[in-house]
Amino acid sequence: MMALGLLSLIILACLLAPYYASSIAHENPFVSNVQGSITLGGKTVSVLQPSTVGFGVTPIGPTWHFSTYFLGADPQGRDVFARLLYGGRDSLFIGFSSAVICCFFATALGMVAGYFGGVVDWIVSRLFDIIWAFPVYLLAISLSVILLTSGLNVGFIHIQPGSLVLPILIIASVYIPYVGRPVRGLVMTLREREFIQAAIGSGASDWRILRRDVFPNVAPTVIVFFPMMVAFNMLTESALSFLSIGVQPPNASWGTIINDGLDLLYTRPWVSIAPGIGIVLTCAALNLLGDGVRDAFDPKAKLRGGA
Amino acid sequence: MSTNEHAAPVLELTDLSVSFSTRQGLIRAVDGLSLSVGRGEVHGIVGESGSGKSVAMYSLLGLTRDANASITGSVRFEGREILGSGDKAMQPIRGGEIGMIFQDPMTALTPVYTVGWQIVEQIRQHTDLTKAQAKARAIELLGEVGIPDAKRRVDSYPHEFSGGMRQRVVIAMAMSCNPKLLIADEPTTALDVTTQAQILDLMSRLRDVHNSSIVIITHDMGVIAEMADRVTVMYAGRPIEAGPELDVVRHPRHPYTWGLLGAVPRIGERSERLATIAGNVMSPLDVPVGCAFAPRCAYVMDECAARPPWSDGDHRSACWLSDTQRVALRRKES
Amino acid sequence: MLLFIVRRLISAFLVMFSISVVVFLIFFATPGVNPAARIAGRSASPEVLAHVAAEFGLNRPLPIRYGLMMWHLLFQQDLTSYVNIGVKVIPQITGAAPITLSLIVGAAVLWLLAGVAGGLVAAANRGKWIDPLIMFGGIAAVSIPAYWLGEVVNLVTQNKFHSLFSWLPAPGYVSITQSPWQWALHLIFPWITLATLYAGVYARVLRAELVNALNEDYVRTARAKGLSERRILVKHALRCSLVAIVSLFGLDFGSLVGGAALLTEVVFGLNGIGMLTYNSLLNLDLPVIMGCVMYGAFFIVLASAVVDVLYAFLDPRVRSVH
Repeated sequence: MMALGLLSLIILACLLAPYYASSIAHENPFVSNVQGSITLGGKTVSVLQPSTVGFGVTPIGPTWHFSTYFLGADPQGRDVFARLLYGGRDSLFIGFSSAVICCFFATALGMVAGYFGGVVDWIVSRLFDIIWAFPVYLLAISLSVILLTSGLNVGFIHIQPGSLVLPILIIASVYIPYVGRPVRGLVMTLREREFIQAAIGSGASDWRILRRDVFPNVAPTVIVFFPMMVAFNMLTESALSFLSIGVQPPNASWGTIINDGLDLLYTRPWVSIAPGIGIVLTCAALNLLGDGVRDAFDPKAKLRGGA
Repeated sequence: MSTNEHAAPVLELTDLSVSFSTRQGLIRAVDGLSLSVGRGEVHGIVGESGSGKSVAMYSLLGLTRDANASITGSVRFEGREILGSGDKAMQPIRGGEIGMIFQDPMTALTPVYTVGWQIVEQIRQHTDLTKAQAKARAIELLGEVGIPDAKRRVDSYPHEFSGGMRQRVVIAMAMSCNPKLLIADEPTTALDVTTQAQILDLMSRLRDVHNSSIVIITHDMGVIAEMADRVTVMYAGRPIEAGPELDVVRHPRHPYTWGLLGAVPRIGERSERLATIAGNVMSPLDVPVGCAFAPRCAYVMDECAARPPWSDGDHRSACWLSDTQRVALRRKES
Repeated sequence: MLLFIVRRLISAFLVMFSISVVVFLIFFATPGVNPAARIAGRSASPEVLAHVAAEFGLNRPLPIRYGLMMWHLLFQQDLTSYVNIGVKVIPQITGAAPITLSLIVGAAVLWLLAGVAGGLVAAANRGKWIDPLIMFGGIAAVSIPAYWLGEVVNLVTQNKFHSLFSWLPAPGYVSITQSPWQWALHLIFPWITLATLYAGVYARVLRAELVNALNEDYVRTARAKGLSERRILVKHALRCSLVAIVSLFGLDFGSLVGGAALLTEVVFGLNGIGMLTYNSLLNLDLPVIMGCVMYGAFFIVLASAVVDVLYAFLDPRVRSVH
């Protein structure tokens, strides 16, 4: 319950990002503000100051004034807190939508493989095996490297290289076996159960049986997986973005902001630390929620766990 | 009937109750069970699954791990009160003085150790024997329970035995420290008919050799007739009839016991023991205030709305039927 | 048992063979792509292209090409990068492997210790305050991005509280043969960083397995035997739960050695296999990618074979089936 509350709070804050940027901070977090200055305690302070060591600039640190540069600025003079909220929108969006896509395809493939068996099952299982045999990050990196340079052009589908859709598709596809395998196993045991056998015997079409009899029994499993997948996907997205092969500028996600802050790590650590905390809190809330959902759908697990 | 009937009982339960608080409400799994087991005596507890007979036995050994369970009453073993004495105090009793045999021999043994290892583990827990001595004793025990080639089989894993052989291993393990009392929870239910007879035979023989007392839990009146000296019949957690085996089997007083014995053929039905008792055991959450069996009883009367008293004497029962009513009913039916 | 191991190794070899064929087909037989141009990298001269074509027998039948490829990769070991001209692939991999192995073996020791201890303590204290505390710690651990944790660790140890960590050398790698003490000192925080996530996962998985095991009939038997709770937990429940942990460990270890430790390597500046793969992917350095993929696949397959053999040691039921 606490997890759900925290999660809603984070989502709400991120949804309010444009309001914060335009009405409170009066900064556009996507435009460089190299020459800018703000008034702080009666004094005028420029957002970017010459670096005390070596070359480059040191952006202003956290002011802890909610209305302006709350967490300081990044090397381009942009408000870190506003970017954090915007970045959270992309991170959450990618996490949720890739989890939806992943769970959709995993459920469809797992159900079809488990229900029809034979050649279909063999093909789907081998597909899962191949994806499974690669370390997730390597697979995601390979796909990203190829797709991000050229975009995706298959038939009538054209996706621009910088689009958010690419990381979503990449992340969704690498995790399909994680959900698909349990679904397939579940459907295989369901298929032997009387009510499915009865439905088959009564001459109902396969599509109808899958929809009416199999899916309702698979859905709880997928729902249990869902919050965990969102957390997984957000972590993967942030890792790819951190390696600059995930979300591409001008879009920002928590991963890219951490990457932006790397050069400033020792002088303005908040630029990198804050989005990391955002990721940790969101993922922890999602994982807690996942545990709660599992207990709700599987009271036996709860009973056994509590016994 | 045991000759030591008047000596101090090995096990004496007084008003044992076990209840579980759940989200749906309080479940009284065992409700006021009293019984006493004499030395060398075989006491049968009979009832349908869910009647609380196993829960009662697990609770007396402190094997009920549920944090929501509350256990009240008294359990005296060899004259000592053992209920609620905690794991530390119970450990020498469990396996040392009270052996236990379980329903499903397929899952009762840890799959990753040889049967010899598991028997040796128990022997060494309770005695000062060396590993070699304990192993020799394990081989001896396996031979005693009728496992051929025990010297070799002692190093086999549980999955390498058939169900009947595994139950023999479990019995050998339960007997390994010469316990004064053996609790057997449906020891034959999971086995086929011929193996059942062999296992019952084995237990009778072991009782005679070691003079240990046995509490046998079953839903099968056949097992009771073959093994037991005394019987307690349980329904929905409550004892409803108890007495010497011959009395209960020949002159059952409670309509539920009639059903169990298949002694009361009903119109249009052939007797098939349990199957002929109409209806199922009700949900443990809505046991009636009065007689628990009333909803399924063919002879239910107005009095059954109140809980029937536990009659006195050697053959006791909890039913509102008077002796004359009983005789009339039984004469009419037969 | 020996027969079982031999049979398992033969099947592992067959899987390796099929993976090598698949990798070969992806790089050399994708229709419409000139493999020579791919291997030679961007903007290669015609001479280089011709050289590549001759070296890999690109105008000869597929099986011979596969043979040549494997010959260069495994026996001749002279596969060369065309991006960083003249740098041989195999020495690069064998040079990077000890770094990755050092990182992972040390981290594995830590996460196994922490994960097993956490799972045991949590399962033994179900219903008390310490169980949810450990499980919450586990959730936190699996929710932290490893690279970010690494950055924070760097920030704390190298900058903010550097005075406390003055004993700590700058990030980098020192070979164990050079100085075991410096080796461990350089790797201690990378180990902790990498181990955190896995310790969380293992504690959670082990607790779930133990709680299931503790509800099994054999645990009830063990209690009825008069064993102490500690002995029941360790000798019976843990022993039976180890099977799940071992199989998980095999997969994780294999994929980490195969390159999944990349993020930790990047953050701590360790030039291991992950870093090598990552760089070669960014440069589209195909010979190196191929070498790394083959190497990674090799470890994943090997790890799963070792897991199966360990399985048979841990679970007598598996032994008798085979």
